[in-house]
Amino acid sequence: MLGRLTLNSLHHTPIEMGGVATMVIAGLAVIALLTYKRRWKWFYGEWLTTVDPKRIGVMYIVVGLVMLLRGASDAALMRTQQATSVGASHGILSSDQFQQIVSAHGTIMIFFAAMGLMFGLFNLIVPLQIGSRDVAFPFLNATSFWLFFAGAMLVNLSLAIGDFGAAGWLSYPPLSELQYSPGVGIDYWIWALQIAGIGSLLSGINFLVTILRMRASGMTLMKMPMFCWSVLGSLSLIIFAFPILTVTLTLLALDRTLGMHFFTAGGGGNAMMYVNLIWAWGHPEVYILILPAFGVFSEVVATFSSKRLFGYKSMVWAIWAIVLLSFLVWLHHFFTMGAGADVNAFFGIMTMLIAVPTGVKIFNWLFTMYRGRIRFSTPMLWFLGFVTTFTVGGMAGVLMAVPPADFQLHNSLFLVAHFHTMIIGGVVFGYFAGLTYWFPKVFGFKLNERLGRYAFWCWLVGFLFAFVPLYILGLMGATRRLDHYDPSEGWQGLFIVAAVGVSIIALGVFFQILQLIVSVRQRHQNIDTSGDPWGGRTLEWATTSPPQVYNFAVLPEVSTRDAFWEMKKTRDVAKPRYKDIMMPKNTPLPMLIAIFAFTFGFAIVWHIWWLAAIGLFGVITTIIVRSTNEEPEYKISAARVAKMEAAARERYA
Amino acid sequence: MDRKNKNALFGLAVLAVVCLAVILLRDSNIAVLNPRGLIASKERNLIIISTLLMLIVVIPVYVMTFTIAWKYRESNKKAKYQPDWDHDSRLEFTWWAVPFVIIAILSVITWNSSHQLDPSQAIYTGKQPLTIQVVSMQWKWLFIYPKQNVATVNYFQIPINTPVEFQITSDAPMNSFWIPQLGGQIYAMPGMSTTLHLEASQLGSYDGSSANISGRGFSAMRFTVQANNPDDFNQWLQGLKSSPAVLSNSAYNQLAKPTVGSPVIYYSSTAPALYDRIILKFMAPPGSGQDLEGS
Repeated sequence: MLGRLTLNSLHHTPIEMGGVATMVIAGLAVIALLTYKRRWKWFYGEWLTTVDPKRIGVMYIVVGLVMLLRGASDAALMRTQQATSVGASHGILSSDQFQQIVSAHGTIMIFFAAMGLMFGLFNLIVPLQIGSRDVAFPFLNATSFWLFFAGAMLVNLSLAIGDFGAAGWLSYPPLSELQYSPGVGIDYWIWALQIAGIGSLLSGINFLVTILRMRASGMTLMKMPMFCWSVLGSLSLIIFAFPILTVTLTLLALDRTLGMHFFTAGGGGNAMMYVNLIWAWGHPEVYILILPAFGVFSEVVATFSSKRLFGYKSMVWAIWAIVLLSFLVWLHHFFTMGAGADVNAFFGIMTMLIAVPTGVKIFNWLFTMYRGRIRFSTPMLWFLGFVTTFTVGGMAGVLMAVPPADFQLHNSLFLVAHFHTMIIGGVVFGYFAGLTYWFPKVFGFKLNERLGRYAFWCWLVGFLFAFVPLYILGLMGATRRLDHYDPSEGWQGLFIVAAVGVSIIALGVFFQILQLIVSVRQRHQNIDTSGDPWGGRTLEWATTSPPQVYNFAVLPEVSTRDAFWEMKKTRDVAKPRYKDIMMPKNTPLPMLIAIFAFTFGFAIVWHIWWLAAIGLFGVITTIIVRSTNEEPEYKISAARVAKMEAAARERYA
Repeated sequence: MDRKNKNALFGLAVLAVVCLAVILLRDSNIAVLNPRGLIASKERNLIIISTLLMLIVVIPVYVMTFTIAWKYRESNKKAKYQPDWDHDSRLEFTWWAVPFVIIAILSVITWNSSHQLDPSQAIYTGKQPLTIQVVSMQWKWLFIYPKQNVATVNYFQIPINTPVEFQITSDAPMNSFWIPQLGGQIYAMPGMSTTLHLEASQLGSYDGSSANISGRGFSAMRFTVQANNPDDFNQWLQGLKSSPAVLSNSAYNQLAKPTVGSPVIYYSSTAPALYDRIILKFMAPPGSGQDLEGS
């Protein structure tokens, strides 16, 4: 009846119970707050059922930040273990727990923290920047978010019921096959990623169509803001890469659930096929994440230098060079497979080539600053932090693209230090810059600058302390994912320094949380009445902060790049003529689809076949029910638009 | 705090970090940069040359970032301000071309070094290579000397200045066979055999490990390789012949049972074609068992 699920599945160690308790208490606190403030109706009507990309974006970011906290706690546990588990001491975690935490850290950070923040930024900014009222498929957009949320919940549920995969964040077979991982951990991993991954793919299609079809009149592709260009690059990667992930996970699931032999050690399976496939998705994935961060920096540097972005065309070409090359490099993740010199050299050279367009982008940003008037607000600090770290990380990356050098660096902590330099220095700093930069647009007030600066310095210094030791440890022969080592190695000192670094980063996170609280309390002092708090250049600043549900009362017309910058020069005083606006209705169905998908995922992890059938049936039925809805939109009359606009102006007068 | 104090504080902080680094690294052995073998030396040189080449771009980026950011700060009204200057073909050509040239040079280095240091390529020094078969297990390493018909667990010896050919497979999830001071790693995969050629150039004991996660006992998968004079090495081999343990098929099946780490074991003889049969058992039809059949 309940498949593999027994009371034993709930048995846990104190550290795991602590994690579960934290989740339960946080959940209860939210429920209590909503009940106490009598906000359930508001929460359901305005948030859970919303199809407004601005709201969906906020929800993505909230989930992304919560997942970032979870992933960071994992990191803190890992470094504590490695700083203490030497010789006779075995630290605070068992090796199995440690390996689960390592796997969860990577999985959560990439799929749920980084991807969540990324899709959040897409939702918040892309429609506004292209002068559109919505995305191409609003219902699909909400469905994507809820599938992402279902995946995130499935990962976190594994902490309470059963356990999580312990085979690394990419679960290489044969370790991830039944023979070596008979428990439910890998299944949780598979189905959480499968559900979230389908959400990502749908979102990719949705935003691709949005950018290609819904730009404001006059905005040709070459007049598009650079953020949209980089998002377009990222989306192109998503629609080509994510299907590979879906297929790969399906094959692994078939092996594990139906006893097939795609990747098993015996029976004709070939594990290296999996390694090839997963990286054919995995390498594009890192560019999926980094390109939007590049886009954020392009906007931030131009805005805070009060100058046009330098080398626009070069930037566009650089993006597309990166998109193309990112599909030709996957083998550099396993030069050590022994593929032979020709193959290794080819993939090594392709990898290095990516440094060229990336370098071009950095020089273009530097020359955007050149002869500008630079204001060092927090987003600009994140940019400078990015250049200092990312350049070194890039250098380490090119170094590892030389196959014989990689033989000595692969799977060592040098590699770990490299990709954290790229992901923290590039992706995380980039998204933080974007969140700070666009925060006043979304919420109508700026974040506290002083606390933002404190957070930045803690992150930068903490990052150096946490990862410079890892570069050295890698060269000393320390491999990744070690839960224990001998004191004779002489590694402990550096591991302790790394753990200190993590606590400095934790201080930065503390300042960010404080910044959010303080900023909300001071919102009346930091209010943005202009809609344009930074001296912006692109269309998102042309509307109110926060924007109305329809974004623009009158759709903007564009004739140049930096459309809003030009509009400000030739301020049009003609009285706007409002028209009726059609907007999509809110609907609970996307949430329902995700609930069924979650049920399906949970049931198949535990082999509860009848429940899996119900889940699958529910997903399909909900989609069919939705497709019979003939009135998915509602009308906001011209008179009502006029009233809403007047009210917004009054609020700021 | 005024600027002078701030600078002093910053200087002190940097000094403290440098001292800390010196203390931490004083006695440590940065294995990859302290090679004791032919291949590891070449790989170390490659790492250094590539890094220096890249610094040609990286150092100017650093200098430019900070000078530009400082010079064009908002409060510096003396600096030129050209808000509409957004394109210069010559400049843009430069920063497409310079990185491209450096990458082109690196590509040549990559192509050549990939071929010269291909792990499967034998080392030609005129000497006959020694063959050692390596099996990664749950969670220990088995080393078989097929010609000499002896085997060891978690410890082995090699003669210095003699090429060694490692044939590597796994009777476990995938591992990676790595001895940093002798040279780079290669994967150990079940049902497959990879090859790695190394040569020790100095006497000494070197640490080796698995660089790829392989389950619960992964951290314990460490071994020692001792590079010895050829005469001493031969004596050691002879000594193995008198050890009581024999690696028969049933002894192998016993050894293959998962254990977290293992003491050093010496076997005076092994079952015939053991290495090949460890690979072949993964080729058998599903369900026919993962044990070697007894003899």
